[in-house]
Amino acid sequence: MTKIIEPKKQRNLFSRPSSETGVWSWITTVDHKRIGIMYGYAAFFFLLVGGLEALLLRIQLSQPDNNFLSAAEYNAMFTMHGTTMIFLAIMPISAAFFNYLLPLQIGARDVAFPRLNALSFWIFVAGGLFLYSTFLFGTAGAPEGGYLDEEVSRLASAPNGGWFGYQPNAGLRYSPGTAMDYWAIGLQILGIASLVSAFNFITTILNMRTKGMRLMRMPVFTWMTFAVSFLLAFSLPIIAIALFFVTFDRQFGTTFFLTEGGGDPVLWQHLFWLFGHPEVYILILPAFGIVSEVLPTFSRKPLFGYPAIVFAGFGIAFIGFGVWAHHMFASAISPVAQAGFGLSTMIIAVPTGVKIFNWLGTIWGGKLTLNTPMLFALGFIGMFVIGGLSGVTHSVVPADTQQTDTYYIVAHFHYVLFGGALFGIFSGLYFWFPKVWGRMYNETMGKIHFWLMLIGFNVTFGPMHWLGLQGQVRRTWVYAEETNLGFWNLIVTIGAFILAVAILVFMANWIYSRRKGEKAPFDPWDARTIEWSIPSPTPVWNFSKAPEIKSLDDFWHQKYGEDEDGRAVRREGTDELLLKLEEEGLNPDEEIHLPSPSYFPLILAFGLPFLGYAVIYKSIPLALIGVILLLIGGFGWGTEPLEEEFETSEETPDAKKSSTYE
Amino acid sequence: MQIKKFLKTRHLMLCSFLFITACIENAPLDSLSPAGPYARTIDDLFWLTFWIAVVIFFIVQGALLFSVFYFKDSPDKPEPKQIHGNNFLEILWTIIPVIILASIAVPTVRTIFDLAREPEDALKIEVIGHQWWFEYKYPDFEITTANVLVIPEDTPIRLEMWSNDVLHNYWVPKLNGKRYLVPGQKTYLNLHADNAEEFWAQCGEYCGLSHSKMRGRVLSLSQSDFDSWVINQQKNAANDLDQNSLAYEGQQVYLNAGCTQCHVIDGVWDVQGEQIAPNLTHFGIRNVFAGAALKNNSENLTKWLANPAQIKPGTFMPNLELTEREIKALIEYLGTLK
Repeated sequence: MTKIIEPKKQRNLFSRPSSETGVWSWITTVDHKRIGIMYGYAAFFFLLVGGLEALLLRIQLSQPDNNFLSAAEYNAMFTMHGTTMIFLAIMPISAAFFNYLLPLQIGARDVAFPRLNALSFWIFVAGGLFLYSTFLFGTAGAPEGGYLDEEVSRLASAPNGGWFGYQPNAGLRYSPGTAMDYWAIGLQILGIASLVSAFNFITTILNMRTKGMRLMRMPVFTWMTFAVSFLLAFSLPIIAIALFFVTFDRQFGTTFFLTEGGGDPVLWQHLFWLFGHPEVYILILPAFGIVSEVLPTFSRKPLFGYPAIVFAGFGIAFIGFGVWAHHMFASAISPVAQAGFGLSTMIIAVPTGVKIFNWLGTIWGGKLTLNTPMLFALGFIGMFVIGGLSGVTHSVVPADTQQTDTYYIVAHFHYVLFGGALFGIFSGLYFWFPKVWGRMYNETMGKIHFWLMLIGFNVTFGPMHWLGLQGQVRRTWVYAEETNLGFWNLIVTIGAFILAVAILVFMANWIYSRRKGEKAPFDPWDARTIEWSIPSPTPVWNFSKAPEIKSLDDFWHQKYGEDEDGRAVRREGTDELLLKLEEEGLNPDEEIHLPSPSYFPLILAFGLPFLGYAVIYKSIPLALIGVILLLIGGFGWGTEPLEEEFETSEETPDAKKSSTYE
Repeated sequence: MQIKKFLKTRHLMLCSFLFITACIENAPLDSLSPAGPYARTIDDLFWLTFWIAVVIFFIVQGALLFSVFYFKDSPDKPEPKQIHGNNFLEILWTIIPVIILASIAVPTVRTIFDLAREPEDALKIEVIGHQWWFEYKYPDFEITTANVLVIPEDTPIRLEMWSNDVLHNYWVPKLNGKRYLVPGQKTYLNLHADNAEEFWAQCGEYCGLSHSKMRGRVLSLSQSDFDSWVINQQKNAANDLDQNSLAYEGQQVYLNAGCTQCHVIDGVWDVQGEQIAPNLTHFGIRNVFAGAALKNNSENLTKWLANPAQIKPGTFMPNLELTEREIKALIEYLGTLK
């Protein structure tokens, strides 16, 4: 029997938010699942925006010497495309998966710090809005002493120094106006969001695992979350410092990166890529985790070489900190450094190769169900291999000096981050769709999406290899007709529009299936990990009873044993077990206290953009607003218990007091 | 029917392959048609890596596609064997990539040091990056020029490079890889062209508004042509124009309209020290101008002089509001600067 639990009203700075449905319940939620879903939608919105920016770029490049965008607009668009896709789309979509799945995969009721989790999400939203407010308030222009033929449009009033912000071009003298300040401070704010969630996930994984969930029994996705959290925790401080330097250079006249003041522009490159390369693994490891869940499930075989895949993931994360200068092979570094970083870049191919071969070992000899998530996971392997191999050609330093800064590189990292990360993410979105919404997605539309995307992706990014080798340089607004690059650029642009159609099919499927999809059983895939042992959609309380884990892929082993040939055999009584699990999952027989919703993470988060504006506009009132919001948020948070005191209908109000504080 | 279809696809593939090759041959920035020893070394290394990658590509994609078709679920398929891993295989596919990579690593490291070494008896040329054009100085000959780098054929060239403002990246794909131009420090790049021909150059690193129009040409000449080019470059511009000619009128525009704020013409208007715009002394023999974004002809010059920022957004050359007559005269004058 479920008991009715009503929170007792208590006064803090504000009265505790109490709605359980509607907009406010989402805004004040601290439930990891709702935060995950909001992360997902917000990130997908930015994915669409970044995609639109890419389409504008492609229209401009569809023919030589085109004038669809001005140079200023083009530069703003490619800067925002890169920044958006990395910081506002792929990273937060991964965070959506972490948030939703991590507690479910380790058998926990929530993350270690639910309100920090909400804070992380709202800081992300605040940072994203802050960055994009540059289109309303930002200014940009020609370098000091330079001339422009036309007014700088709103479209061109965005950051224009590249997502890599190389100094001194992104400094005040060569990028005047406020747009690059929006970029530097916006990334600073977004970095806080990622740092907060990184510490939260590390703590959660170390402390909140259910009974029997030893480290080496954790699902690979959880392992990759763990690895990514460490990468974030160690790499973000580096970019934070570098961004402070830039902001100081631009706002307060310091010269960290300016030669005329004794600074060094190459230092920025080192700092940026010392963050930037681990960042690449921050983007791709979650996808590694997702396909490591999807492939075994639809092959009906365990993951081949689980320990090797886990260690390879950490090996990649670790070596990932030692390869940064391969982004700088043409820059001012010595031959010794070139050789060293070339070798370390080759070495990182080894654990990556181990993963790919182990995934192939997983599907080899399996019984493959080729549905949408599986197709995306297989497509992921195929596309990621191409990106990985072109990556090896970059470790060959002399060859890289030909390829760097050309479309060959653009092709390479889109095969890694689109063909890799995004294919993995789509695989995960379809795979866990039934768990999140309690409905099935439409398989036919899913497959149409996959094939359109596979074709569109290769038509878009395949020819870029050729274009790069034929000499098309990156970040160029126009290319001369005599370079003979027009034909393939047109093909690439057509491919980009095929991709846009694919995304529309995905959205149509999502919207349709959310409302009209078939009701999903709680274990539609005959899956392996414990998040599939609870009802779909996931109940608010996740697990009605903390599960006890006896092995890796525990849920599968509850359902299946092995015969003398080593083939999977469904245990007797499995059907009854599943019925029992669903019944139990929906009807917890004990009181469940969940963390109560709170306004304070939201208030605290929205203090940050005001501080950002205050720095840009040197405004004391804006700074005061920011500080006051931070203080209200922090004070209210500090004095508010994690859980409200509860009274149940059977007990006297003061009979039971909760003393759980965050 | 089947065979016909097969031939048709083969035909199609062949066509598209030829088409790609055809494109490459016409691309002046093509990095796969080396025209000198440095670029050739890089090219050899690239193709070595490329073919190894192709083999791995087919093995992995083959295994993937085979699995998809062969292990696809069908109704009578038994449950698969539950294999958790295989130590031997896993060690094998850790070691084999290591060996393959080592076979690439050795020539890579050797080539890195070969390319960085200063060649003996090299001609030294300084390359200075500006937003958005390349300036060249020949310290041995006391020559300053812009946009077109002139070199003797079959001679090693040592470029000593730096930037005057932001990061730039000097790239002549057919002669060598890229190298950054950094403010405040020097970088070096070797060039060597087999034959007398013209090559394209391009700034590789994003350097602001007109990055895409920061281009260049490298003109490789036979030794005798190069020698006469040097002698010609060392001459000052003539300062004894017929006062009734259009060219003289153009010279007066150059002297009075504001051009001399930034542009030097040796023998007509000399300024010591750092130059902020291309030296125009021998403008007339350069086949491109404006950061090599435009061919040097009167039509392009008219457009450029009328409104430079329309051609190169962000340019430091102001619109001097020249009249049609002044532009015409100026073009006439620039044409005489051989």
